Amino acid sequence: MHESVLLRRQTTPALDLGSYLASGGLAGLKKAREIGAAETVRIVTESGLVGRGGAGFPTGRKWDSVRTASDPERYFVLNADESEPGTFKDRVMIDVDPFLVLEGVLIGSFAISATRAYIYVRGEYRREADLLQRCAKELEAAGYLEGLGPEGRALEIEIRHGGGAYICGEETALFRSIEGYRGEPMSKPPFPTVAGLFRKPTAINNVETVANVPDIVTRGASWLRSLGTERSPGIKLYSVSGNVERPGVYELPFGTPLRELLELAGAHDLQAILLGGAAGTFVFPQDFDMPLSYEAAQERHATLGSGALIAFDHETNLWRVAERLGSFFAHESCGQCVPCRVGTRRQHEMLEALADGHGRGSERDLLARLGQVMTDASICGLGQTASTAVRSLLDAEAKGLLAV
Amino acid sequence: MADTFQILIDGHEAIAHEGETILDVLRRQQVETPTLCTHEHLTPAKACRACVVELMGSRALVASCERKAEPGMDVRTDSERVQNARRGVFELLLSQNDVSTAPALAAQAESLGADPGRYRGQRYEKGFFDDNQLYVRDYDKCILCYRCVEACGPDVQNTFALTVAGRGFDAGIAAGFGGALPDSACVFCGNCVAVCPTGALMDRREHNLRAEGRWQEDRYDVVQTTCSYCGVGCQLELHVDRESNEIVKVTSPMDHSITHGFLCVKGRYGYSFVEAGTD
Repeated sequence: MHESVLLRRQTTPALDLGSYLASGGLAGLKKAREIGAAETVRIVTESGLVGRGGAGFPTGRKWDSVRTASDPERYFVLNADESEPGTFKDRVMIDVDPFLVLEGVLIGSFAISATRAYIYVRGEYRREADLLQRCAKELEAAGYLEGLGPEGRALEIEIRHGGGAYICGEETALFRSIEGYRGEPMSKPPFPTVAGLFRKPTAINNVETVANVPDIVTRGASWLRSLGTERSPGIKLYSVSGNVERPGVYELPFGTPLRELLELAGAHDLQAILLGGAAGTFVFPQDFDMPLSYEAAQERHATLGSGALIAFDHETNLWRVAERLGSFFAHESCGQCVPCRVGTRRQHEMLEALADGHGRGSERDLLARLGQVMTDASICGLGQTASTAVRSLLDAEAKGLLAV
Repeated sequence: MADTFQILIDGHEAIAHEGETILDVLRRQQVETPTLCTHEHLTPAKACRACVVELMGSRALVASCERKAEPGMDVRTDSERVQNARRGVFELLLSQNDVSTAPALAAQAESLGADPGRYRGQRYEKGFFDDNQLYVRDYDKCILCYRCVEACGPDVQNTFALTVAGRGFDAGIAAGFGGALPDSACVFCGNCVAVCPTGALMDRREHNLRAEGRWQEDRYDVVQTTCSYCGVGCQLELHVDRESNEIVKVTSPMDHSITHGFLCVKGRYGYSFVEAGTD
């Protein structure tokens, strides 16, 4: 049985600085100050920690390129704009251990010598934003922000609220939003580490990612590598919902079989799951023995994404599910580029026809064709992945895996 | 030269200059590349995706109008992926827009073999706005290329009357806070009209003549002159109907060193005095 790390304070959340310190908090920050920024980044790099928001980019490499950038003005951004359908692990993470998240932010900001740290919280997460704000104030009042900024200055933390757009979870659109512009993604390159927020070198990390950092710094890189698989070291939070008895957030080491997670959540006799959120893929019982790791998912053309898992029983019409996903993407497309703006609308119209059972017969071919155009030609990850689930459903249907 | 380097285009070596985009190189190499939103004097909006190319080593296709050439790049324009994506972009636009005044778009769609009936569904119905004396806005024809927004904003006019409002399929160009043009910050320079690639923005006289069935391009001569209003010396192109001797439109050459194609309200629209006193 895996012993909780990220969720270790789940039963008795440390919601004030006193109880956080009493339960061993801020040891990571203390150690980071002792060993210095370069060594901190080295440990994080060596641990093999990769981003938990979905893209899986190595955190240490990100920090190192910002740390060594020539521009003295640089930013740390915490992406708490959790908006992927079926994903709620960052909210729970903040709810049960806000100081652990903030400690990760402080260590990250110190490691890259950030001029300022921004925390961008999903608009609907009002309570979490308030909680982080209050905890940040406590840390500031107790002097823990002193000396973390450039040339020994105190770190400034600013909390920003999202306005309800999924696209603002995309890092470059998130920057535009903080800057006060319309939330539209920019092309990469240049990558955020080179020209991010306000076109300055920026490290942007997901909530779950930074929550790993204090323990990595305290316990060393080999600790994280002692968990999980060789190519996916560490632990992952999963948001489980749908036709299960015990929906919620589960913490497991990488490599745990999918079936084990389903059993923990109380899933019986499923038709399929949607793994990785709206931008993920449908996975059918024949693949339920797959280990939950980046490499195993990739082998099956699936993705762990943000760790969202929505379960569907045999009563569910998966084309109706796809239609709801299509509606989501059409609603959340920012409208900047043609393949996504028009493509997500056309995709939704065709999915509606299929789910309602009055298709013209050409929808399946057209959906596959359109999906390729959106994947290849869209500016950002939204359009590039808006057809992923649909195309996995087309494959499954061709193999006769659909119940309804 | 130190600031030139080589890149590969469809397997052939090509010279690129520091700071050039992939599209710049493609054009010099005379590789036909469809474009809609990019404009020589505006920041690339990289929004239409008509000019995408395959950059080996890059997961998604990249917009050649925006991406700077780098030494050693291996670019493909003739791959199935590129052709499929470009055709898809035009098929999606044809499924939503009225392209009756966008001959360049229609021609590019045809040369790519785009099927206008490939996708069906809701048309883009953003309405026709006739709220001022100088130009009309037919947003059913708008492909949201961002050119007007950029020309109105930091690239040319710095007026910021136009912006994009709404999102997804419902996104559209809005003046001010979505109201009428005269109530916005618009100064009626018409530079948005000058860069509109689809005829969604059209000078009133052209619109009226078209509505009456009297717009006849083959009857118009272009007369070069210099604007008589102030001392800047803007070059004007008067489009004159050689039969009626009427001015039907005023533009400025995009390659002119003073205007770069852009004018003010007087130069573009203040020409009726020329005809004063004549019958």
